Amino acid sequence: MELFINLTLFSMLVVTALAILRMRHLFAVVMLSSVFSLLCALLFVTLDAVDVAFTEAAVGAGISSVLMLGTMALTARHEKMPREFSPIPLIVVVATGAVLIYGTLDMPDFGSPDSPAQAHLATQYLTQSPTDIGVPNVVTAILASYRGYDTLGETVVVFTACVGVLMLIGGLARRRRKQGEETK
Amino acid sequence: MRHHLLLRVITKLLVGPIILFALYVQFHGDYSPGGGFQAGVIFAVAFILFGIVFGLEKVKLVFPPWLVHKFAAIGVLLYAGTGIYSLMLGSQYLNYSAFTPDHPEHGQHWGILVVELGVGITVAAVMVAIYYAFAARPPVISDEDW
Repeated sequence: MELFINLTLFSMLVVTALAILRMRHLFAVVMLSSVFSLLCALLFVTLDAVDVAFTEAAVGAGISSVLMLGTMALTARHEKMPREFSPIPLIVVVATGAVLIYGTLDMPDFGSPDSPAQAHLATQYLTQSPTDIGVPNVVTAILASYRGYDTLGETVVVFTACVGVLMLIGGLARRRRKQGEETK
Repeated sequence: MRHHLLLRVITKLLVGPIILFALYVQFHGDYSPGGGFQAGVIFAVAFILFGIVFGLEKVKLVFPPWLVHKFAAIGVLLYAGTGIYSLMLGSQYLNYSAFTPDHPEHGQHWGILVVELGVGITVAAVMVAIYYAFAARPPVISDEDW
């Protein structure tokens, strides 16, 4: 049953990706990339990674689509057709794909209990967190307590992204200009 | 979107539950999937939805940009301040067990709650701020062209 669900989800992912490639109408592309994110979220749910699925659905399918549509409203609705066929991008993509597939051959089997991700820290977190922290959701315990520095860094990154966007496309500058005009 | 009656009614019905759900995800993150990041995004979605349907000016009355920018910084300061507080209690940075030395677990609970709140505030404010920045520019495409 799980194999059937995984196969269905993955083939739908591939179909969505191909449809995105073929589309020239950018509104449809944005909607399809949102569908792509939702399919990824479903895959995360089948892997029991509900927290990640939650984030993917909220950020990938929700906020990203809104921001893409916002960008589209400022630019154009249609993708420009490439002038002529050039083989170099195709070669680069195929070569990178082949290297990535070759790389997966060395990886541990899907869901293998001996994989490095399961063997070292994960077991320690799972066994220690009820006594160390006492929070039922281990993901929260790891994010906020064991890996508190990382999460602080992530929050600062989000804040920096905000500062960058405001510097680049207005907000702050426009407000200052308006205030300047009022004081004159 | 003045002419879309259905969208306006449904949005009015949805905004409240969305904010309530964001608060649930925020403060129930210790027990169920979710946490500050997800809650912040969901909280921001309520404002973005309101802004899309009722217009940018209306939502800016509810949550003015100067306040959004302040909140983005307050969240980071809340997180970093938790670490400073644990330093001042004589422990390591971000070691929440220092808050209640008799019950390290309680300290951890408080620390996680405050830190997740900081993440939630920053993420919500940043998402709304970025949406404002995009939506405030004059659009090239008119409403019918989509």
